[in-house]
Amino acid sequence: MKLKELIESAGLEIITGGTGLDRDVTGGYTSDLLSDVMGNSREGQVWITMQTHMNVIAVATLKEHAAVIFVSGNRPAADVAEKAVAEDLTLLATNDEAFTISGKIYSLLGK
Amino acid sequence: MRVYRADLHTHTVLSPCGDLEMSARNIIDAAHAKEIDILGITDHNSTLNSQMIKEMGEDEGLLVLTGAEVTTREEIHCLCFLENRDELEEFQAWIEDNITRIPNSPQRFGYQVVVDSEDNIIDEVEYLLIMSLSKTIDEVERKVHELNGLFIPAHVDRSVNSILSQLGFFPPGLKYDAVEVTPYTEFETLSKNHPVIGNLPYIRSSDSHFLHNVGKVSTGLLLNELSFSEIRMALAGEGGRKVVH
Repeated sequence: MKLKELIESAGLEIITGGTGLDRDVTGGYTSDLLSDVMGNSREGQVWITMQTHMNVIAVATLKEHAAVIFVSGNRPAADVAEKAVAEDLTLLATNDEAFTISGKIYSLLGK
Repeated sequence: MRVYRADLHTHTVLSPCGDLEMSARNIIDAAHAKEIDILGITDHNSTLNSQMIKEMGEDEGLLVLTGAEVTTREEIHCLCFLENRDELEEFQAWIEDNITRIPNSPQRFGYQVVVDSEDNIIDEVEYLLIMSLSKTIDEVERKVHELNGLFIPAHVDRSVNSILSQLGFFPPGLKYDAVEVTPYTEFETLSKNHPVIGNLPYIRSSDSHFLHNVGKVSTGLLLNELSFSEIRMALAGEGGRKVVH
Protein backbone atom coordinates (compact mmCIF):
# COMPACT_ATOMS: atom_id res chain seq x y z
CA MET A 1 0.00 0.00 0.00
CA LYS A 2 1.23 3.49 -0.82
CA LEU A 3 1.90 5.71 2.16
CA LYS A 4 -0.56 8.35 0.96
CA GLU A 5 -3.35 5.75 0.77
CA LEU A 6 -2.52 4.62 4.30
CA ILE A 7 -2.61 8.23 5.53
CA GLU A 8 -6.07 8.73 4.08
CA SER A 9 -7.50 5.41 5.27
CA ALA A 10 -6.13 5.67 8.79
CA GLY A 11 -6.97 9.36 9.10
CA LEU A 12 -3.41 10.48 9.84
CA GLU A 13 -2.32 14.08 10.04
CA ILE A 14 0.65 15.08 7.89
CA ILE A 15 3.29 17.08 9.77
CA THR A 16 5.92 16.86 7.06
CA GLY A 17 5.19 15.33 3.67
CA GLY A 18 8.04 15.08 1.23
CA THR A 19 8.60 12.64 -1.57
CA GLY A 20 7.96 9.69 0.76
CA LEU A 21 4.20 9.96 0.28
CA ASP A 22 4.49 7.83 -2.86
CA ARG A 23 6.51 5.10 -1.13
CA ASP A 24 5.26 1.59 -0.51
CA VAL A 25 4.64 0.70 3.13
CA THR A 26 5.86 -2.81 3.89
CA GLY A 27 4.74 -3.01 7.50
CA GLY A 28 4.88 -1.29 10.85
CA TYR A 29 6.95 -1.26 14.02
CA THR A 30 5.60 0.01 17.34
CA SER A 31 8.17 0.91 20.01
CA ASP A 32 9.38 3.83 22.10
CA LEU A 33 12.87 2.52 22.77
CA LEU A 34 15.16 3.80 20.07
CA SER A 35 17.77 1.14 20.73
CA ASP A 36 15.07 -1.48 20.06
CA VAL A 37 13.92 0.29 16.89
CA MET A 38 17.49 0.55 15.64
CA GLY A 39 18.02 -3.14 16.25
CA ASN A 40 14.76 -4.66 15.08
CA SER A 41 12.73 -2.47 12.73
CA ARG A 42 13.09 -2.76 8.97
CA GLU A 43 13.21 -0.60 5.88
CA GLY A 44 9.85 0.47 4.48
CA GLN A 45 7.98 0.16 7.77
CA VAL A 46 6.02 2.93 9.42
CA TRP A 47 7.38 3.51 12.93
CA ILE A 48 4.71 4.13 15.52
CA THR A 49 5.93 5.92 18.67
CA MET A 50 5.26 8.58 21.25
CA GLN A 51 8.92 9.62 21.31
CA THR A 52 9.39 13.00 19.65
CA HIS A 53 13.08 13.54 20.35
CA MET A 54 15.42 14.73 17.60
CA ASN A 55 17.11 11.32 17.62
CA VAL A 56 13.91 9.84 16.15
CA ILE A 57 14.70 11.57 12.86
CA ALA A 58 18.18 10.07 12.72
CA VAL A 59 16.95 6.58 13.54
CA ALA A 60 14.08 6.67 11.02
CA THR A 61 16.40 7.98 8.32
CA LEU A 62 19.05 5.39 9.12
CA LYS A 63 16.52 2.55 9.02
CA GLU A 64 14.82 3.98 5.90
CA HIS A 65 11.38 3.89 7.43
CA ALA A 66 8.48 4.94 5.21
CA ALA A 67 7.30 7.39 7.88
CA VAL A 68 7.14 8.07 11.60
CA ILE A 69 3.71 8.22 13.24
CA PHE A 70 3.49 10.09 16.55
CA VAL A 71 0.65 8.79 18.72
CA SER A 72 -1.59 10.06 21.53
CA GLY A 73 -1.56 13.63 20.27
CA ASN A 74 2.20 14.02 20.64
CA ARG A 75 3.78 16.47 18.22
CA PRO A 76 7.49 17.08 17.62
CA ALA A 77 9.11 20.44 18.32
CA ALA A 78 9.66 22.78 15.37
CA ASP A 79 13.38 22.02 15.09
CA VAL A 80 12.61 18.28 14.87
CA ALA A 81 10.10 18.85 12.06
CA GLU A 82 12.60 21.09 10.27
CA LYS A 83 15.20 18.34 10.45
CA ALA A 84 12.68 15.88 8.97
CA VAL A 85 12.04 18.24 6.07
CA ALA A 86 15.78 18.52 5.49
CA GLU A 87 16.07 14.72 5.50
CA ASP A 88 12.95 14.29 3.33
CA LEU A 89 11.35 12.15 6.04
CA THR A 90 7.57 11.97 6.33
CA LEU A 91 6.23 12.70 9.83
CA LEU A 92 2.62 11.87 10.67
CA ALA A 93 0.49 12.26 13.78
CA THR A 94 -2.65 10.83 15.31
CA ASN A 95 -4.62 11.31 18.49
CA ASP A 96 -5.06 7.52 18.66
CA GLU A 97 -3.03 5.59 21.19
CA ALA A 98 -0.32 3.24 19.90
CA PHE A 99 -2.50 0.12 20.29
CA THR A 100 -5.38 1.58 18.31
CA ILE A 101 -3.40 2.98 15.41
CA SER A 102 -1.24 -0.14 15.25
CA GLY A 103 -4.42 -2.22 14.95
CA LYS A 104 -5.85 -0.01 12.25
CA ILE A 105 -2.66 -0.12 10.18
CA TYR A 106 -2.27 -3.85 10.73
CA SER A 107 -5.75 -4.35 9.24
CA LEU A 108 -5.19 -1.92 6.39
CA LEU A 109 -1.99 -3.66 5.37
CA GLY A 110 -3.82 -6.98 5.36
CA LYS A 111 -1.43 -8.50 7.87
CA MET B 1 45.72 19.31 45.74
CA ARG B 2 44.66 15.80 46.51
CA VAL B 3 42.31 13.15 45.24
CA TYR B 4 38.90 13.08 46.92
CA ARG B 5 36.55 10.10 46.58
CA ALA B 6 33.08 10.92 45.21
CA ASP B 7 29.97 8.75 45.10
CA LEU B 8 27.53 11.01 43.30
CA HIS B 9 24.52 8.72 43.03
CA THR B 10 22.71 7.78 46.25
CA HIS B 11 19.03 7.32 47.06
CA THR B 12 17.44 7.92 50.45
CA VAL B 13 14.23 6.78 52.12
CA LEU B 14 12.48 9.34 49.92
CA SER B 15 12.87 7.20 46.81
CA PRO B 16 10.15 4.54 46.80
CA CYS B 17 12.77 1.94 45.95
CA GLY B 18 15.19 3.29 48.58
CA ASP B 19 15.48 1.02 51.62
CA LEU B 20 14.00 2.39 54.84
CA GLU B 21 17.47 2.15 56.36
CA MET B 22 18.61 4.89 53.97
CA SER B 23 18.27 7.63 56.57
CA ALA B 24 20.52 10.67 56.64
CA ARG B 25 22.48 9.46 59.67
CA ASN B 26 23.01 5.97 58.26
CA ILE B 27 24.04 7.21 54.81
CA ILE B 28 26.57 9.68 56.23
CA ASP B 29 28.02 7.03 58.55
CA ALA B 30 28.28 4.58 55.65
CA ALA B 31 30.01 7.21 53.51
CA HIS B 32 32.56 7.86 56.28
CA ALA B 33 33.16 4.14 56.69
CA LYS B 34 33.96 3.84 52.96
CA GLU B 35 36.17 6.96 53.06
CA ILE B 36 33.90 8.91 50.75
CA ASP B 37 34.54 12.67 50.75
CA ILE B 38 31.79 13.77 48.34
CA LEU B 39 28.30 12.31 48.27
CA GLY B 40 25.55 13.07 45.74
CA ILE B 41 22.00 12.76 47.09
CA THR B 42 19.88 11.88 44.10
CA ASP B 43 16.39 10.67 44.87
CA HIS B 44 14.02 10.03 42.00
CA ASN B 45 12.51 13.35 40.95
CA SER B 46 12.81 15.00 44.33
CA THR B 47 15.44 17.06 46.11
CA LEU B 48 13.58 17.20 49.41
CA ASN B 49 15.97 15.17 51.56
CA SER B 50 19.18 16.50 50.07
CA GLN B 51 19.53 19.93 51.70
CA MET B 52 19.19 18.52 55.21
CA ILE B 53 21.83 15.86 54.52
CA LYS B 54 24.12 18.54 53.08
CA GLU B 55 23.86 20.56 56.28
CA MET B 56 24.55 17.50 58.42
CA GLY B 57 27.56 16.60 56.27
CA GLU B 58 29.03 20.11 56.53
CA ASP B 59 29.74 19.62 60.23
CA GLU B 60 31.45 16.31 59.57
CA GLY B 61 33.77 17.03 56.66
CA LEU B 62 31.53 15.41 54.08
CA LEU B 63 30.60 17.48 51.02
CA VAL B 64 27.07 16.63 49.91
CA LEU B 65 25.91 17.62 46.43
CA THR B 66 22.19 18.40 46.46
CA GLY B 67 19.93 17.48 43.59
CA ALA B 68 17.89 14.66 42.14
CA GLU B 69 17.86 11.86 39.61
CA VAL B 70 15.36 13.27 37.16
CA THR B 71 13.30 11.11 34.80
CA THR B 72 12.89 12.95 31.50
CA ARG B 73 9.92 12.62 29.19
CA GLU B 74 11.86 9.98 27.24
CA GLU B 75 12.28 8.08 30.55
CA ILE B 76 16.00 8.77 30.73
CA HIS B 77 17.52 9.13 34.20
CA CYS B 78 19.75 12.20 34.65
CA LEU B 79 21.70 13.30 37.71
CA CYS B 80 21.09 17.00 38.31
CA PHE B 81 23.00 18.97 40.95
CA LEU B 82 22.33 22.50 42.17
CA GLU B 83 24.84 24.38 44.28
CA ASN B 84 22.76 26.62 46.51
CA ARG B 85 19.50 26.42 48.38
CA ASP B 86 17.71 29.02 46.21
CA GLU B 87 18.48 27.19 42.99
CA LEU B 88 17.64 23.86 44.57
CA GLU B 89 14.24 25.13 45.66
CA GLU B 90 13.54 26.60 42.23
CA PHE B 91 14.48 23.29 40.65
CA GLN B 92 12.25 21.40 43.09
CA ALA B 93 9.31 23.66 42.21
CA TRP B 94 9.98 23.10 38.50
CA ILE B 95 9.96 19.32 38.99
CA GLU B 96 6.70 19.51 40.93
CA ASP B 97 5.12 21.60 38.16
CA ASN B 98 6.16 19.14 35.47
CA ILE B 99 5.95 15.63 36.88
CA THR B 100 3.12 13.40 35.73
CA ARG B 101 1.10 12.90 38.89
CA ILE B 102 -0.39 9.57 39.84
CA PRO B 103 -0.88 8.57 43.47
CA ASN B 104 1.82 6.41 45.02
CA SER B 105 0.85 2.99 46.27
CA PRO B 106 3.36 2.36 49.10
CA GLN B 107 2.50 -1.34 49.22
CA ARG B 108 3.56 -1.73 45.60
CA PHE B 109 6.34 0.80 45.18
CA GLY B 110 7.53 1.64 48.69
CA TYR B 111 7.27 4.60 51.03
CA GLN B 112 8.34 8.10 49.96
CA VAL B 113 9.19 9.96 53.11
CA VAL B 114 10.87 13.27 53.82
CA VAL B 115 12.85 13.04 57.05
CA ASP B 116 14.75 15.37 59.36
CA SER B 117 18.27 14.94 60.71
CA GLU B 118 17.00 12.72 63.52
CA ASP B 119 15.12 10.37 61.19
CA ASN B 120 11.71 11.75 62.10
CA ILE B 121 9.26 11.58 59.21
CA ILE B 122 8.19 15.15 58.50
CA ASP B 123 6.28 14.58 55.26
CA GLU B 124 5.19 11.87 52.86
CA VAL B 125 5.09 12.55 49.13
CA GLU B 126 1.68 11.42 47.85
CA TYR B 127 2.38 11.26 44.12
CA LEU B 128 4.60 8.55 42.65
CA LEU B 129 8.16 9.80 42.32
CA ILE B 130 9.24 7.28 39.69
CA MET B 131 6.98 8.83 37.06
CA SER B 132 8.52 10.95 34.32
CA LEU B 133 8.50 14.69 33.82
CA SER B 134 6.71 16.12 30.80
CA LYS B 135 10.01 17.80 29.89
CA THR B 136 12.45 16.43 27.32
CA ILE B 137 16.08 15.68 28.14
CA ASP B 138 17.02 18.87 26.29
CA GLU B 139 14.65 20.92 28.45
CA VAL B 140 15.95 19.32 31.66
CA GLU B 141 19.54 20.03 30.63
CA ARG B 142 18.70 23.66 29.85
CA LYS B 143 16.88 24.14 33.16
CA VAL B 144 19.80 22.73 35.15
CA HIS B 145 22.27 24.98 33.36
CA GLU B 146 20.00 28.01 33.65
CA LEU B 147 20.31 27.40 37.41
CA ASN B 148 24.08 27.03 37.06
CA GLY B 149 23.95 23.35 38.00
CA LEU B 150 25.63 20.16 36.81
CA PHE B 151 23.95 17.80 34.36
CA ILE B 152 25.15 14.18 34.23
CA PRO B 153 23.09 11.52 32.39
CA ALA B 154 22.97 8.46 34.68
CA HIS B 155 24.17 4.92 33.91
CA VAL B 156 24.34 5.72 30.20
CA ASP B 157 25.26 2.14 29.25
CA ARG B 158 22.39 0.46 31.12
CA SER B 159 19.67 -1.39 29.21
CA VAL B 160 16.84 0.55 30.91
CA ASN B 161 16.23 4.25 31.58
CA SER B 162 19.44 5.35 29.89
CA ILE B 163 20.26 7.64 26.99
CA LEU B 164 21.32 4.64 24.95
CA SER B 165 18.25 2.49 25.70
CA GLN B 166 15.78 5.31 25.13
CA LEU B 167 17.44 7.34 22.38
CA GLY B 168 19.83 4.87 20.75
CA PHE B 169 22.79 7.23 20.72
CA PHE B 170 24.04 10.40 22.41
CA PRO B 171 22.32 13.52 21.07
CA PRO B 172 25.17 15.76 19.92
CA GLY B 173 23.52 19.04 20.93
CA LEU B 174 23.30 18.42 24.67
CA LYS B 175 25.69 20.05 27.15
CA TYR B 176 26.95 17.19 29.28
CA ASP B 177 29.05 18.05 32.33
CA ALA B 178 29.94 14.36 32.50
CA VAL B 179 28.34 10.98 31.90
CA GLU B 180 27.88 8.27 34.50
CA VAL B 181 28.97 4.80 33.40
CA THR B 182 28.19 1.56 35.25
CA PRO B 183 31.06 -0.55 36.63
CA TYR B 184 30.34 -3.18 33.96
CA THR B 185 31.45 -1.20 30.91
CA GLU B 186 34.88 0.03 29.83
CA PHE B 187 34.60 3.72 29.00
CA GLU B 188 37.11 3.38 26.18
CA THR B 189 34.93 0.76 24.46
CA LEU B 190 31.83 2.88 24.92
CA SER B 191 33.38 6.09 23.67
CA LYS B 192 34.88 4.34 20.66
CA ASN B 193 31.36 3.47 19.55
CA HIS B 194 29.98 6.85 20.60
CA PRO B 195 32.43 9.61 19.66
CA VAL B 196 30.07 12.30 21.02
CA ILE B 197 31.21 11.37 24.54
CA GLY B 198 34.83 10.74 23.58
CA ASN B 199 36.12 13.94 25.16
CA LEU B 200 33.73 14.01 28.12
CA PRO B 201 34.67 13.13 31.68
CA TYR B 202 32.94 10.10 33.09
CA ILE B 203 32.11 9.09 36.61
CA ARG B 204 31.19 5.83 38.28
CA SER B 205 28.90 5.73 41.30
CA SER B 206 27.09 3.26 43.49
CA ASP B 207 23.46 4.13 42.63
CA SER B 208 22.79 2.91 46.17
CA HIS B 209 19.30 1.97 47.25
CA PHE B 210 20.61 -0.08 50.18
CA LEU B 211 23.03 0.94 52.91
CA HIS B 212 25.66 -1.67 52.21
CA ASN B 213 26.15 -0.25 48.69
CA VAL B 214 26.89 3.36 49.70
CA GLY B 215 30.40 4.24 48.55
CA LYS B 216 30.97 0.79 47.06
CA VAL B 217 31.61 2.45 43.69
CA SER B 218 33.20 5.87 43.51
CA THR B 219 35.22 8.26 41.36
CA GLY B 220 38.41 10.13 42.22
CA LEU B 221 38.43 13.90 41.84
CA LEU B 222 41.68 15.85 42.05
CA LEU B 223 40.72 19.07 43.84
CA ASN B 224 42.31 21.89 45.77
CA GLU B 225 39.58 21.76 48.40
CA LEU B 226 36.10 20.33 48.91
CA SER B 227 33.63 22.60 47.12
CA PHE B 228 31.02 22.56 44.38
CA SER B 229 33.05 24.95 42.21
CA GLU B 230 36.16 22.75 42.54
CA ILE B 231 34.11 19.77 41.34
CA ARG B 232 32.84 21.83 38.43
CA MET B 233 36.46 22.65 37.55
CA ALA B 234 37.49 19.00 37.82
CA LEU B 235 34.73 17.90 35.42
CA ALA B 236 35.76 20.66 33.01
CA GLY B 237 39.45 19.76 33.47
CA GLU B 238 40.35 23.32 34.49
CA GLY B 239 43.23 24.62 36.60
CA GLY B 240 44.83 21.21 37.06
CA ARG B 241 41.67 19.80 38.64
CA LYS B 242 40.50 16.60 37.03
CA VAL B 243 38.69 13.30 37.25
CA VAL B 244 41.06 10.47 38.18
CA HIS B 245 40.36 6.84 37.35
